[in-house]
Amino acid sequence: MSQLVRNAIRFMVFILIQVYVLNEVPPLHQFITPYLYFLFILWLPFNISRFGLLLVAFLFGISLDYFTGRLGLHAAPCVLIAYLRPFLINLLISQEGQELNYAEPSVKSLGWAPYFLYVLIFTFIHHAYLVFIEWMDFGNVIYFLGKVTATTGVSFLLIFITEMMFFRKQKFRTNTA
Amino acid sequence: MRNIFLFIRRYFNFLFFLVLQILSITLLVKYSPSHQATYAGIASEVTGNVNTQYNKVQYYFQLKETNRQLSEENARLRNLMGTNFEGPDTARVAIVDSLVKDTVGRMRKFLWLPAKVVSNSVSAQSNFITLHRGDMQGVKKDMAVVGPTGLVGTVVEVSENYALVMSLLHRHSKVSSMLQKGNIAGSVDWDGKDPNFLTLRNIPKSAQVAKGDTVVTSTYSANFPSDIMVGTVHAVMADPSSNFFTIRLKTATNFFSIQYVNVVENVQWGEQRKLETTILKNQ
Repeated sequence: MSQLVRNAIRFMVFILIQVYVLNEVPPLHQFITPYLYFLFILWLPFNISRFGLLLVAFLFGISLDYFTGRLGLHAAPCVLIAYLRPFLINLLISQEGQELNYAEPSVKSLGWAPYFLYVLIFTFIHHAYLVFIEWMDFGNVIYFLGKVTATTGVSFLLIFITEMMFFRKQKFRTNTA
Repeated sequence: MRNIFLFIRRYFNFLFFLVLQILSITLLVKYSPSHQATYAGIASEVTGNVNTQYNKVQYYFQLKETNRQLSEENARLRNLMGTNFEGPDTARVAIVDSLVKDTVGRMRKFLWLPAKVVSNSVSAQSNFITLHRGDMQGVKKDMAVVGPTGLVGTVVEVSENYALVMSLLHRHSKVSSMLQKGNIAGSVDWDGKDPNFLTLRNIPKSAQVAKGDTVVTSTYSANFPSDIMVGTVHAVMADPSSNFFTIRLKTATNFFSIQYVNVVENVQWGEQRKLETTILKNQ
């Protein structure tokens, strides 16, 4: 499967899962909203241009917004993490040129600890920004802190489960092949 | 001039990032659902179609509850039918007064249009419901939406075949309501915490309120028919700093399982609004 087709399918699957499965989960507590959709952006390939990354992230966020009814609410955090992604990948990658050997960020290409640090940081940034936008509307400090912490925890758990269930086997690419 | 181009080329990604951020935030602020966006119609047609397909599956899981609610509503309405009430006839001459009869529909105030719910959310801070009935089927903005057991929300956006409803579970929703006992008016909003509970404010402390009292829509809210059930009193909290109660209401509608609702049109609302705006112009 080509990379374009694979990512196009992921685009749709992530949105449908978020809208029709996770958003339908009855609320356990006002702080807990399960979010998984932004994993799509974290899984995009290394070799995508920064301009393309921003554009794809914006389109992804705005498509989700059309389902949930508030335009821009998810698009803004998506664009933010897409902008920051190349910087963090440069910091986390253990070896110069490692990103040329694998197609996309995963447990295999980055290693366990750096990969989960990568996921944790972006989950936190995403939720902090998302709740901040919501919070501008309603304004309550405890709500802000509680929701950011709780949703980050829940999302991180969901991502961990997803990684376990769909372990992405990745080929080691060399120049000779 | 050359430096400007160099600057733009150098920081192109950052500038593009800023442009997208500003675009998102502007959309979020400008496009509140009560505003008409240019392409919102097309987009909600698309998402509405997907939602309809999904709802076909989901619908089966709630058939039992939907049936129960609808048959309960039928029973309630049958109990209100004129044929159920009959006293001994005391009249001597039967006169049919044809003048007050509503034959041309001029005396009608509310028109009820049934609609199917195709999408619903309860978990966000601002929850919306999508109905499979839109502009072409007579739904307009600001119409009230009433479920089988009580009030549901207000229409905020319509496309050709779908309508977007701001449910009572929205941080900006506000409904003029009253205690059925004594007709004391206040307003109902939602604190964003529990989808089962609403808050009723501005009920003076002189009012007699007890747990279990019924709260209905008031006679003042123009686009809502009056005496539609909103909820029942769950707890009464006296705010020591003011002269008003803050009352926690159990919602009459179960927002977790709404399948059919009625959209209510106030056919005289245009006339009333026209009259009310003339006062503002005259001042």
